[in-house]
Amino acid sequence: MNFEEHAAKPLLAGLGIAVPRGGLAQTPDAAAAIAARLGAVVVKAQVPTGKRGKAGGIKLAATPDEARNHAEAIIGMEIAGHRVEKVLIEERMPIERELYAAVLNDPASQGPLVMFSTAGGMDIEEMAATAPDRLHLRPVDIRRGLTHADAATLVQGLALGAAEGKVADTLARLYEVYAAYDAELVEINPLIVTTDGRVVALDCKFVMDDSAIVRQSGVARAGTPEKLTGLEASAKAAGLKYIDLEGDIGVLANGAGLTMTTMDVVRHHGGRPANFLEIGGESYTQAKPALELLLSNPRIKSLVINFCGAFARTDVMTQGVIEAIEALQPRLPIFFSVHGTGDEEAIRMLKDRLGVTPLATMDDASKAAVEAAAK
Amino acid sequence: MIIRGTDRVLVMGITGKQGTFWTERMQAYGTRIVAGTNPNKAGTLHCDVPVFATAGDAMQSAGFDVAVLFIPPLMVKEAAMDAIEAGARGLVVLTEHIPVQDVMYFVAAAKERGARILGPNTAGAVTPGECFAGFMPAFNERIFRKGSIGVLSRSGSLGTLLCLNVVQAGYGESAFVGIGGDPIIGTTTRDALVALDTFPGTEAVVMVGEIGGSMEEEAADYAKTMTKPVVAFIAGGASPKGRKMGHAGAIVMGDKGTYASKRAALEAAGVSVLDTPSDVGAALKAALGH
Repeated sequence: MNFEEHAAKPLLAGLGIAVPRGGLAQTPDAAAAIAARLGAVVVKAQVPTGKRGKAGGIKLAATPDEARNHAEAIIGMEIAGHRVEKVLIEERMPIERELYAAVLNDPASQGPLVMFSTAGGMDIEEMAATAPDRLHLRPVDIRRGLTHADAATLVQGLALGAAEGKVADTLARLYEVYAAYDAELVEINPLIVTTDGRVVALDCKFVMDDSAIVRQSGVARAGTPEKLTGLEASAKAAGLKYIDLEGDIGVLANGAGLTMTTMDVVRHHGGRPANFLEIGGESYTQAKPALELLLSNPRIKSLVINFCGAFARTDVMTQGVIEAIEALQPRLPIFFSVHGTGDEEAIRMLKDRLGVTPLATMDDASKAAVEAAAK
Repeated sequence: MIIRGTDRVLVMGITGKQGTFWTERMQAYGTRIVAGTNPNKAGTLHCDVPVFATAGDAMQSAGFDVAVLFIPPLMVKEAAMDAIEAGARGLVVLTEHIPVQDVMYFVAAAKERGARILGPNTAGAVTPGECFAGFMPAFNERIFRKGSIGVLSRSGSLGTLLCLNVVQAGYGESAFVGIGGDPIIGTTTRDALVALDTFPGTEAVVMVGEIGGSMEEEAADYAKTMTKPVVAFIAGGASPKGRKMGHAGAIVMGDKGTYASKRAALEAAGVSVLDTPSDVGAALKAALGH
């Protein structure tokens, strides 16, 4: 789960990392009032995405009137599909140099990775391409964490001058933020050294591990939930993972891998999947609400139901599907492929109650659905 | 990590609904279950085996090689550390949605102690004719039959489908290794490929991957050095960017972890990449000549 800048910075500040003074505004007048308190400010669009500056979502203002005008222009703007609802008004900082610091989950080393660069201010992809020699990586053993001594070693010899100690301290504290709040990624870019020698987090990106939200419930309330369509939101409320796609062939399968593959095979045979919807794992008993949800999508013209049971029993899933079909009496053509745990019983139920025989393979079922949708 | 019929297996969380259901099936298939754990039911018998409070106790009294964990997400770290510190040789971690920092913790501890971890978020492993660990339909003869094809998969349901297609084509499996769908897992695609390549009786390997991460690309480096044929299917070619497709590991950011990148790396390594899982039989026949 992403945190917008205004929600991420208090996590840093709470563990002793300096951030600019500021306030959140939802109207131009509120922006002006905050600016009146702070002097010269920066007006920053709050959306859970990067590249706000390039989109015109970050502006400097010398006076409260200027801040009001910028806020007026920025609130309501669309940035990468997100409508700006609020702006963060922050005091302007006298920047001497810009650094970069991050801690993230690294699949390659199977542990946390600390990243530090003396070339901050640009995005990390650009940094890796243009200044790779200034990017320093340090995999961490999560059982011992990143100590102050480790952080000091990491920034040693990088010509940070008098700021070196404070930068090391910030890195160690950043690691504490990462560990305390189950971050998947926490990034300060830029981390600045001011002309008067302070080290301040000018921006912050924080992504919380979705699997840890249950144990971070207090902090997690400040995060921005994933932007969902109406169907996606009702699926989530029912405990199902549903993703809207643009096609017209509905897909229902068990397990993430099999569901993705069913979409792939539909496309391989020339069709376009309408959705991702899986009922694997613990949710295999949810076939009935899942199918009801799918059928409420007016775009779909045909449906593939592809079950391959391991943990998920195909007889239980098929029972749910039959109940939904009996209740809703859908008119669109439905094609089945059913294999694995419980398949004999599942196939018998389909024959007895719906008069339907599953096709031999998921390719046959997908192909039939593609042909039916084209009619 | 391949589980053998001689391995002594501890089921952690044996008294729960899923723990009980799958322990009975593992026992019926031939898995050598020697004990279980539940801190509140120590001293009792469940599924005909003794229940201990901890893996440490089970190691002292019964001894075991592999621990299979039927444990809720937030309690896995403690249970896994218990098994690792007890001296388990292997752990099968079935649970999905474990906080990633917990996973990193016990994966690091396992590495140091020389214990192998399968998962998290795996459906388990099957060695046909010997045993299975986890919740795979090992007992379904249309899906698992003793043979010469090693199968590895990030996904349980898709791995099951590939095994079904392998058996339908007239082959059987030497072993199935489910590595799990999480972004950080103890046994990588490459690790599993090496294990199957060197497993006796294996003539060819079927690799089932998916979008996200770079494990298939890393496995391709090893596939280059193999003399046994490798056939691969990569799920997620039709998935949109930037969205988690059910598996936390299956997410494409920018151009990293894409279908195209994986397919290109595998093909450059001489791996035959399938357009659909139904083609696996034909690809194996072409590669093996029988």
